[in-house]
Amino acid sequence: MLEAARSQWHPIAAAHDLPFRHVFHGQLLGREFAVWRADDGYINIWENRCLHRGVRLSIGINDGRELKCQYHGWRYSNRTAGCTYIPAHPADAPARTITNRTFPAVERYGLVWSSEEPLGEVPDVAGLAEGKLLALRGIPVNAPADKVVEKLKAYRFQPTGAIDGNGAEIAVEAAQDFAVALRSRAGAAETVGVFFVQPVDSNRSVIRGVLDQDAEGAARIAILRHHNERLSKLRDEVERDVANAPAPAPIEPIYERVSAELAEMPELTAHGRKAALRVAVARKWRTADGIAGFELRPVKGILPTFQPGAHIDVHMPNGEIRQYSITNGPGETGSFTIGVKLEPDSKGGSKCMHETVREGDVLAISEPRNNFPLRRDAIKTIFVAGGIGITPLLAMAQALKNQELTHELHYFAQGEQHLAFADRLAELGDALKPHLGLSPDATGAELRRVLAEYRNGMHLYICGPGPMLEAARRIAAEQGWPDSAVHFEYFKNTNKIDDSSSFEVALARSCVTLQVPAGKTILQVMRESGIDVPSSCEQGACGTCVATVIEGEPDHQDVYLNDAERKAGTKIMTCVSRAKSARLVLDI
Amino acid sequence: MTKCTDSVVLNLWHPVGAIAETVPGAVQQTVLLEERLSFSVGADGEPVVWRSRPDLRRADQIAAADRLPAKSVYGYVWTSLGSPPADLFPIPEYAEPDRRRLNAATFGVNVSAPRAIENFLDMGHFPYVHTDILGAEPHTEVKEYDVEISVDRDEILATRCRFFQPMASTASEGGADVDYVYRVPHPYCSVLYKSSPVDAARRDVIAIFLQPVDQEHVRAHMLLCVLDENSEDKVIKRFQQTIFGQDKPILENQVPKRLPLDPRAETPIRADKSAIAYRRWLSQKGVTYGVIPAAA
Repeated sequence: MLEAARSQWHPIAAAHDLPFRHVFHGQLLGREFAVWRADDGYINIWENRCLHRGVRLSIGINDGRELKCQYHGWRYSNRTAGCTYIPAHPADAPARTITNRTFPAVERYGLVWSSEEPLGEVPDVAGLAEGKLLALRGIPVNAPADKVVEKLKAYRFQPTGAIDGNGAEIAVEAAQDFAVALRSRAGAAETVGVFFVQPVDSNRSVIRGVLDQDAEGAARIAILRHHNERLSKLRDEVERDVANAPAPAPIEPIYERVSAELAEMPELTAHGRKAALRVAVARKWRTADGIAGFELRPVKGILPTFQPGAHIDVHMPNGEIRQYSITNGPGETGSFTIGVKLEPDSKGGSKCMHETVREGDVLAISEPRNNFPLRRDAIKTIFVAGGIGITPLLAMAQALKNQELTHELHYFAQGEQHLAFADRLAELGDALKPHLGLSPDATGAELRRVLAEYRNGMHLYICGPGPMLEAARRIAAEQGWPDSAVHFEYFKNTNKIDDSSSFEVALARSCVTLQVPAGKTILQVMRESGIDVPSSCEQGACGTCVATVIEGEPDHQDVYLNDAERKAGTKIMTCVSRAKSARLVLDI
Repeated sequence: MTKCTDSVVLNLWHPVGAIAETVPGAVQQTVLLEERLSFSVGADGEPVVWRSRPDLRRADQIAAADRLPAKSVYGYVWTSLGSPPADLFPIPEYAEPDRRRLNAATFGVNVSAPRAIENFLDMGHFPYVHTDILGAEPHTEVKEYDVEISVDRDEILATRCRFFQPMASTASEGGADVDYVYRVPHPYCSVLYKSSPVDAARRDVIAIFLQPVDQEHVRAHMLLCVLDENSEDKVIKRFQQTIFGQDKPILENQVPKRLPLDPRAETPIRADKSAIAYRRWLSQKGVTYGVIPAAA
């Protein structure tokens, strides 16, 4: 019976066991769950183990958006259960595939239902379909479920309207492997009670009763007490009955193994420019002058985990591909919100998004990629956004706000009407510092002020138009900010790419040597030889196609690496950069 | 659970109690590897350990043949259910005359010994479990460190470990990086060296000796061997007991309780280099007690 039970739905909690910001310890067929309700109402039922070191997540912290493990502070996102942050390595974006095991959750009849491998939907229960219901307190019983069900068939209780009486007539309306429906009648009063038995383990159960009518105040308390007393008595009887029989062995839960690549130190994921996800435009709106907001919902299933700073490739109806940052706050996983600025000299990307794409349209997007990871170990973080450069920084600021880490978001824009995502900005409170309508000189002066007091442990994130970004980087350097504390993301690479050189590239791990002729990129040559390398913007701005240089001198033409990284010569953007030496050896 | 059949573990020395907490001649009961043992320390400091029997109530009743191997080292009584090596692993600092040596605590913990060792080696949890004592957010980074398995000494050595500590010492105002060195010279014992707040050139030694009661329960004995002439014993002990009290609920909520040696059972990160080395070392030694061995 317990084997068949794996594919059935069972109640694992009462809805009232899941108040906001709480984590409930559930159990079904020997398997433990961490059950928590996010602030958006979504119920998460997860394997009760942090993937890192096996600590129960039911002792973790539900911050309303994410669940934080108590041991090392790993954060897992609402809905997707993907890990979004590993504090021990603040500069790294966690591998997207570190995802906890999730189980389905359905809230029905005042109970929360789940299953290991459900077949079909949560069953309809005749008699409970209509009206307001009353979920009783769960009664744990140290006995196998079938013994409890047997005993429940003879359970006697008073109908709600005659709770103080005695001797109500009881009829068994229905009985199944894990549920008994009883009708209690006394005169005109009549109540149907359905008693589900949750098989916690081979020798442990919980009785979860639901009555077909609710009550208020003292009457409600009287009913709850009535059932509490009678079900407790029933528990004592069942436990006495089974005390002499040998207890069945507990069910050993089988934990899924983590994937082989996660067991080793993470390597680059090998995929090209793919758009595996289909999303529908749920909402398109004008969020500021010249900026359209798009809310993208999955056509089916759920969206993958993202981290603040991550972007997606959007494949447009006209065949163009563009990168847009996800502006969402932590745990906001039902949809991705992006902002698109209409570029006056648009080559078809932003123009298509503004003029052609409408609500209801389906777009192909890539999985989120994070080449602009946010450290959360700064004593203070300063964000400098120019215009549409707000988008990645907005996601970052919301993440720090949620963790109550000190930050300031300096948002430079032409005017009030150019500030995008006003609703999200409003949530940031005093951390938001708008700077409106400043000339380039005045912007420089303001940046000098904002970046004046560098202290060890501070971090700066910049995103905006090229000239402003250059100015901010220069001013930061002048005022003592080390390269390692300054993080930036360009929209695009405006450098003129010189692809006239030709050289040899040896791929150390693939044991292949390739010739890169003038006019072709390293990335193109690798692809032509069947070597699948991830890429996104393909113009040296986003950092997706980065490779490690083992030998040789790179000819950097990207805008992703900072000066220290360029000088070190250990990283190269294979989509635009080339070699000054005759030969490059890459760790691919 | 069956009694221990792991010959590697049977042949090890195991601690059963702190000598400072014994009364000369009095018999104490304990459990080691699911066997009930009795031990007693004589007025001469020599320990006698035997398998508990109702008819044997004093050390002088125990015939030589019924005595288990016994040793008094580092302030504890050690014994073995098999054929132990002649000597226990060395801790040379223990002999330095100007050090305070004391048993900071003996704690019962519902966890396997190897899980407790990994917790002892771990720095990443300081800001979360020992908040404002050994670490504090936002200083959460575990910086690169070195790990080696020393072949001639058959032990794991983690060096160049640094972690930001908010109150690095009572003498310093703010926080600073504190240096640590970790040794694992025994499958169930580990020794930590930590910058001394009173003498920059020397290190305090804190060791954890786990007594495996069974595969999923230990008694953790914590030895302090520190440079501190001022603090009272109870102050030094209270500090370590606070730290240990914070680790205990985390350890008791690790699932499964035995340490999985399959590399794919859990997700390591770079900060876990010493734990990865420890798991491999246990696998290579063929330890099966207190672990879930990797499928062959």
